[in-house]
Formats: sequence, C-alpha cells, structure tokens
Amino acid sequence: MTRGEKKQLRAGLGFTSLWILGLGAFTAYPVMASLYYSFCDYSILKGPVWSGLDNYTQLVQDGLFWKSLRNTLFYAGLSVPLGTVVALGLAVLLNCEVRGKSAFRLLFFMPSIVPVVASAMLWLWIFNGEYGLMNGFLNPLLAPFGLHGPAWLADPAWSKPALIIMSVWGTGNAMVIYLAGLQNVPAELYEAAEIDGASAWQRFIHVTLPAIAPVVAFNAIMALIGAMQLFAQAYIMSEGANGNGNASDGNPARSTLFYTIYLFTTAFQDLRMGYASAMAYVLFIITAGLTWLAARLSRGRNEGAL
Amino acid sequence: MILKSKTSILLFLALLLPAAAAPVHVVYWEKWNGFEQQAMQAVIDKFNASQDRIIVDYYDQTGQIDRKTLVVTAGGDPPDIAGLHERNIATFADAEALEPLDGFIRAEGLSTAQWLDRYYPIYAGICTHGGHVYAGISTPVIETLYWNRTLFREAGLDPDRPPATLAEFNAYAKRLTKHDPKTGRLTQVGFLPQDPGWWPWIFCDWFGGSLYDGHNVTFSTNPANLAAYTWMQQFTKDNGLDNVKLFSSEFGPWASSSAPFFTGKIAMIFQGCFYDNYISQFKPGLDYGVGPWPEAVPGVKDFAMAEADVLVIPRGAKHPREAWEFIKYCNSTNPKAQTREELQGAELLDYLQVKLSPLKEWSPYFTDHNSHPHIGMFRRLASSPHAVCVPQIGIWMEYNREVISSFDRVRLLDATPEEALAYSQDRLEASWTRYRRSLERHGQWAALGEVHP
Repeated sequence: MTRGEKKQLRAGLGFTSLWILGLGAFTAYPVMASLYYSFCDYSILKGPVWSGLDNYTQLVQDGLFWKSLRNTLFYAGLSVPLGTVVALGLAVLLNCEVRGKSAFRLLFFMPSIVPVVASAMLWLWIFNGEYGLMNGFLNPLLAPFGLHGPAWLADPAWSKPALIIMSVWGTGNAMVIYLAGLQNVPAELYEAAEIDGASAWQRFIHVTLPAIAPVVAFNAIMALIGAMQLFAQAYIMSEGANGNGNASDGNPARSTLFYTIYLFTTAFQDLRMGYASAMAYVLFIITAGLTWLAARLSRGRNEGAL
Repeated sequence: MILKSKTSILLFLALLLPAAAAPVHVVYWEKWNGFEQQAMQAVIDKFNASQDRIIVDYYDQTGQIDRKTLVVTAGGDPPDIAGLHERNIATFADAEALEPLDGFIRAEGLSTAQWLDRYYPIYAGICTHGGHVYAGISTPVIETLYWNRTLFREAGLDPDRPPATLAEFNAYAKRLTKHDPKTGRLTQVGFLPQDPGWWPWIFCDWFGGSLYDGHNVTFSTNPANLAAYTWMQQFTKDNGLDNVKLFSSEFGPWASSSAPFFTGKIAMIFQGCFYDNYISQFKPGLDYGVGPWPEAVPGVKDFAMAEADVLVIPRGAKHPREAWEFIKYCNSTNPKAQTREELQGAELLDYLQVKLSPLKEWSPYFTDHNSHPHIGMFRRLASSPHAVCVPQIGIWMEYNREVISSFDRVRLLDATPEEALAYSQDRLEASWTRYRRSLERHGQWAALGEVHP
C-alpha cells in the first residue's frame, strides 16, 4: 500500500468511523448478543444462564411455534403472488398513455404511505361482518343463494384471507418500481413483436415479463421478507376485531398468530428473551433460505429467458 | 486567618443548605389519562402539600405500561413508582423486577400481617406474592352482574329481581334472546360470554373450579372448569354459530356508545364497578341494575371477581424510600373524615374515581357521600369470602392466553371443551415445568418453593 493509499484509507475510515461505531453498537452487538442469549435462559431482568440447545429443542416441540410458522407461510404464500400480480397489473395499466396518468399513479401510490395503524383501523371497518364495506358489496351477490358474507376478522377461517386482501393495499411501492422497470423496456422490442404479429398478451408474456424479470424477482424477494415479518397489521386488527384485552395471541383462536407476534409475546409478556432470540434466529434462517431459493429460481428463469 | 476559616465554613454551609432542603422528586408512571388521572393528580397534590420533603411527579404512560416498566427496569433507569395491574405482580416479582415492601412496612412499626389486615382479604392477597408484599392498591375493582332493566320489563321479567341461580340466569338469557322473524337472525341476546371476553377464566371459578392448586396447573383436571367451558359453548350452540358471529360483529368497542350493552343488544353482562362511569358517559339515562353473581355452586353466595390497579417500586428505583411514602399515603385513609376536605389517600382517590376503597375501614364521609350508585353492593362483594382474583402464578400471562384461546375454540365450535382444555393443559404443564426449572437455574425456587411446595 502506497503512502497515498494509506492516507486515503485513514481518511475513509475517519469519515465512516461514526457509522461503523453506530453499526457496531446498535446492530452488530445486539445481533451477536441475541445469538448468545438464544442458548441461554434469559429474561433481561436476570443474568443469562447458559442452557445449551434447550431453547432450540423446545422450539421443535412447541405446537404454537409450528402453528405460527404455518400461519406465516400461508400468508406469505398467498400475499406475495397476489401482491406481485396486482402491482404489476397496475403498473402495466399506468404505463399506458391515458389521460390523467399522473393522477392515477398518485392515487394508487397513496395508500402505501398511509401509516399502518391508520390503514388497519380503516380495514377493521371494511371487514366488519355486519356493517363493513366488504360485506356491503358481497351480501347482495350472495343473497340469491341464501348466503351472507363472512365475519372476516372474527372468523378463524376468514381472518387470514382478510389480511391477505388487505396486503394488496400496500402495493404502491412495488408498483412504482415495476413502472420504472417497464419504462426501461426498449420500444423496438415491442415494435418487432408487433411486426411479427404478436398480440398484446403475447407481447406481455414474451417481451415485457422477460425484460423486467430482475425487477419482479427483486420485488418478490422484498415482499417475501416483509410477509415473513408481518406484525403490526395483524396485531392491531386481531385485537381490534376480537378485543380479548391484553392477550395479543392472534385472535380469534390463534388464526392470526403470526411468527413475529408469537415471538413478541414470548419476549415481552412471558419474559423469555432467550427463547425469543432462538425464534428470531430460526426466522432469520428460514427467511434467508427462502430468499436464496427465490433468487436462485429467478436467476435460472432469467438465464433461460435470455 | 480564623476569620477566613469561619467565612469558608459559612460559605460551605450556605452551599449545602439549599441542597439539603431541596425536596426529592418521585417519578410516578401511571396508565391513566382522563378523569382517573385527574383524580390521582388531586391525591398527588394533597400529598405534596402535606409535607415538604417529597414531590411526586405524575407521568402518563397510557398503553402497555407493564412492558415499558419492564424495559426501563432492565435498563437500570426505572421510575420510582409504576402503576401496574394485579396480574403483573407474580411475573414481575419472580423476575426480580420489584422491590419488596416488607422492610418499609416493618420500619413503620407494623408486621406485614398487620399491614395487610387493613385490606379486604382479596386485596391483601393481590398485594403479596411468595410470602412478600410487593404492591399497594391504587384502585380496586369488583366485577359483577349488570342487567338492562328496560329489556327485563319487555321480556316480562321483574327488573328488580336479577337471576339468583345459574339455572335462573340461563332461563333469563333464553327469554331475553330475540330473533328477526323473517331472517331468523339474532336481534338481541340475554347473554354472550364473549362480551367483553376479557376474563373467561372467571367462569371456571364461578363454577367452583380453579386454575391452580398451589402445586400444579389444574385447567383440565378440575371438572368444574370443564363444566364452565361446556356452559360457555352452549350459548353458541343455542343461538347458532353463524348467527352469533354475525351478531357479535355488530358490537362496537366496550367504551363507546355502540357497545352492545348500551345499544340494548345484550341484556346481561358481567362488568366492573368502573362500568357505571362509562354508562354515565356513553349511555346516560340507561335503566340498569347491579347485583351479585347468580349462585352457580349451591351455597356459594356473593361470588365476585376482584381486580386492582397496583402501585409498585421497580427494582433499581432511585428513591424507594420516598416512593414508599407515597404508596403508604395512597393505602391509608383518614378514618374520621367528615368532610370532602378531610378525605385522604385511598378514599380521596376512590371518591374522585367513583369507586370503592380496598381498605376495610371506611370513613363516615366516604361511606355516606360516595357518588357510585351501587357502592353498597360492591362493598359487600369486596368483603365476600367468595371473592376471587387471578391466581398468583408467574406464568399467568401465558396461562391467560391459553384460557382465552380455549375459550375461542370452544365458542367457535372448533373443539369440544374436553379437547380444548386438554390441549391447553398439556401446554401449560410444559410451561410450568419449564418455568420452575428456570427459577431453579437462577437459584430462586428454593425460596419460592416454600410458598409453592
């Protein structure tokens, strides 16, 4: 390393030292400490006592751990594809040359900047079984068959689907990214396809999708990570619709007990920080694994498309 | 030289004087806002004015005060006093998050038994865990039966005669239930156990069951608990699952004008003595009655459920001695008070919050001028030997979640009571074993084991 390079290194380290310090103190240390605590009996109020793999073996035997994982995977498995289809569909529509395009873009993006609590309160009303907007639309359609819209958040069979429908509300961010991707697709590809007689659907499948495949993969992976960490909406709406006081247990009947909610109650109600740390690491491994799988699948598909 | 030294000493003393005389500021976190906060502020003002050594500063920590207290206690910077719920005491005490009050009580020249003997027994029990006193009561609560007198009249029932037995209660509930003749959908119910749904555990005790026998979890092993859950499920079976689900989705929040008891959708409800305040606020003019729980177990009259907001000193508080002074004030009264101005401590707070006092001895003014319309009933129930509260068990938060989850499964016909209780029993037994093992690891079980042999 030359003298100049050493000087540059010192300057670089100097300029980034505050950030490095912050990362070390507020990210790296907690991450490493929680890894240690995951092998301990620890409540944050008393010192950690090493318990080896006890927390991890308990996790495997814990029915609620599996239930919360199933609930989360169910939500992620449906909300990610649905969100992708809706966001991409909206982006394609908003990419067309129509009057008031900017206004439409603004309108569809706006919900994603509404605070989670506010939107959760709004959707609580939409999903009210008796007075809600959703059943206001559904009931006239179902009435000829002698049926009534479900109680949604108060019904274990419908509470997760309700949250999945609600997740579409926040697709504005993904939509904007898709829109940027669509605008980068070379126009000559469409012209060539059109000359070859491709229909609009064929142009979408054979030109648009392959061209924006990396964007789809990025959005899908981000949505997957977000879905695995679902917390605020489910926490608020489960309590709001069923109101069992301080239970925070994914009511009704634990149908909306998602992984992070179970982790939270374990840590802050039961004071089992060691167990919650183990849960956090298992979630990290699962999310990292799914992300790797999604990235690998999309890479293979992208390579195939090219 | 001598003059110089004297001047220095005088200057030094002058510097110390204001420091020595400065009152200690006690940081008090409480979960209340609104009229309850105003009432406590009036008590604080009176306490602050009664002496010049301590100033209590009230900090509103509405929402999840238990978790906030937990985090700051772990961080070593807790408030001097925290206003928790009675259900937190066992968990927090086992986690060594609370200062025992025993030493402070003894310093007052009293034994803990003498101190506790001043309370109604149910509240004395709430203040203790593992043989130590950990809390003082700020506000006591008793839950009992409220009924809508207008709906009773419409159903041909005597509005002055609430159901006296469980059989009568069930019969009244059926009689007070109405359906839309065209659609068959519910328009009014006599009773639904999910409203408000906060405390399904109480129905186990009401039926003569118990959740913990001092040694083991007895959720599914006590037959009375099973009977209570079977009874709760019957309301869904009688009214129809879909019907109940749709009907209950009409219910607004409990503290709003659209709460089902206020809108006349539910005729009978079990609620706390604070409910009268909410009736005045959200449904003024509602014609309602308050009475004891119907007799579910023959011979057990005046059954009641007790809860309390409590004052504790978190471990590591900077001014525990001064915090104790305020807790002591809030748990004492002027038993001879003849006027509003003479009311002190517990009675002043409960007078302003329109609630009962947790202490056995009531002053003449508090007895005669309490503006709670049913204060006599609540006093009677507070002193009842059949009043119960949540079991003092460190896994209560987890236990309560299992109780509510089982309740959900049973009322939604997702499981039979036997299945639901057996599932939860398995989970709770494992949790209780794990919890005891954790206490052993931290060297606490030996001490607690004397209380939980």
